[in-house]
Amino acid sequence: MSADVAIVGVGLHPFGRHPAKSAIQMGAAATRAALADAGVKWTDIQFAYGGSYEVDNPDSIVNQLGLTGIPFTNVYNGCATAASVLTQATNTIRLGEYDIGIAIGMDKHVPGAFTSDPTLYSLPSWYGEAGLFLTPKFFAEKIQRYMHDHGISTTTLARVAAKNYRNGSLNPDAFRRTPLSVEDILSSPMVNHPLTQYMFCAPDEGAAAVVVCRADRARELTDTPVYLRASEVRTRRIGAFEVHSPSVPLEREDSPTVHVSRAAYERAGLGPEDVDVIQLQDTDAGAEVYHLAENGFCEHGEQEALVADGVTEIGGPMPVNTDGGLIANGEPIGASGLRQIYELVKQLRGQAGDRQVPGEPRVGYAQLYGAPGTAGVSIVSR
Amino acid sequence: LDDISTATAVPLAEGLFTWPSDAPRLLGSRCGECGTMTFPTHYGCPRCSSGAMSTVELGTRGTVWTWTTQEFRPPPPYAGPDEFEPYHVGYVELPGELIVETYLTGYEDRHPTIGDAVELTIVAFSGPSAGGDDVVTYAFGPVDPAGTA
Repeated sequence: MSADVAIVGVGLHPFGRHPAKSAIQMGAAATRAALADAGVKWTDIQFAYGGSYEVDNPDSIVNQLGLTGIPFTNVYNGCATAASVLTQATNTIRLGEYDIGIAIGMDKHVPGAFTSDPTLYSLPSWYGEAGLFLTPKFFAEKIQRYMHDHGISTTTLARVAAKNYRNGSLNPDAFRRTPLSVEDILSSPMVNHPLTQYMFCAPDEGAAAVVVCRADRARELTDTPVYLRASEVRTRRIGAFEVHSPSVPLEREDSPTVHVSRAAYERAGLGPEDVDVIQLQDTDAGAEVYHLAENGFCEHGEQEALVADGVTEIGGPMPVNTDGGLIANGEPIGASGLRQIYELVKQLRGQAGDRQVPGEPRVGYAQLYGAPGTAGVSIVSR
Repeated sequence: LDDISTATAVPLAEGLFTWPSDAPRLLGSRCGECGTMTFPTHYGCPRCSSGAMSTVELGTRGTVWTWTTQEFRPPPPYAGPDEFEPYHVGYVELPGELIVETYLTGYEDRHPTIGDAVELTIVAFSGPSAGGDDVVTYAFGPVDPAGTA
């Protein structure tokens, strides 16, 4: 099918720790950057979606940008918040009532593992009191079983993390820009076996924004439009092994990533063989490993050889997390998925600097996954 | 249960397992329409949406399905002992029923292995509670641990 929505501007407030800035201020900075990139003014924007975990009302960003009266919808959808923001913005263009709008994500987390009240996640209080209401533990439990079933080694986990730090070192906007060796990563303190400290991303701070418009108007604004071929969100089905699950049925089901990935490929009319640049949810190094297979880029177990052979490096045939991913950028939940889109647009335009994927990539793929079992996939192309 | 007084210890949550009891069982739910089982108890079936869930006692033996270590003290609302010691946690497959998340106890000198045969036990969690009683919770540990055969 032909694309009906185009991305004409992207903006980023670098992820990291910014003690002097609020999430709203970072969101406004990313928005101004995206508007400038698109060559439009805030007063041209006809609707907005704002995503955040920590900010109750992302729409209060209008106090910094202008109170223009537009419909502005606040979104929170777990770790897929930014994918949901983009999906809603895309669908709003498709409805035909608006020509141009913006998707904004922002967050500002304190360091350390996410925590909350388990009763807000449809879980009993004791689950939190017992210390089980933790995401790092789940990711360790999932990769432990995956390594057992599919012959993945801890060295592969460390190689994935090392690649993402290496890519981050090439990205002036990355949070962690110091390359770390496989040995550095393996010898860092154990957090949840087999995952060590440097195999995990960190909740941090930042913002990103994406200006979307009707595809048939995109050329009026830019010579380098990037088309949104698909932006889909799905939640877990019974039988999937998901974060925050006190029990799992014996009958297994694929993760929501598998289902959302299939839906996105179908809508885009593309397959994994068509993708030139890949952004995957690397909450930890293990997640990048199984997400490679869950998104159709390889069979389960092939990652051991693919990673060792450098297939997922920037110069390889399937470059993954070219900007350093979550491991090098951290995870401000509301912004993380729009950071992925920012990177894909830069790559497809040929503007990614030292981390540019060679060969003029045409198709980009971004996947998000997180609590409480929600996944999003976006596919973009030139 | 050797070190735990069933008379004075209180469970981490009511309805989590049969207590007080010399042979405690985890409490789950079974759907009257499709047979799906849950742990802990659920009001609605997560598979077929039926409201016809009834409480059942779960099996006490199974195998380790996956595991990890908890090396840092969980943030609130964690209510464990003041002195944090890393512990093992994971999932145990109860044959014919479901897979439950649990502490894995009895692995002080080694890590669990996927497939290990384990059985339910009740362990000290923290204490005393606001009421002055010791708090206990459920865990699974190796069947026939060394020295008690």
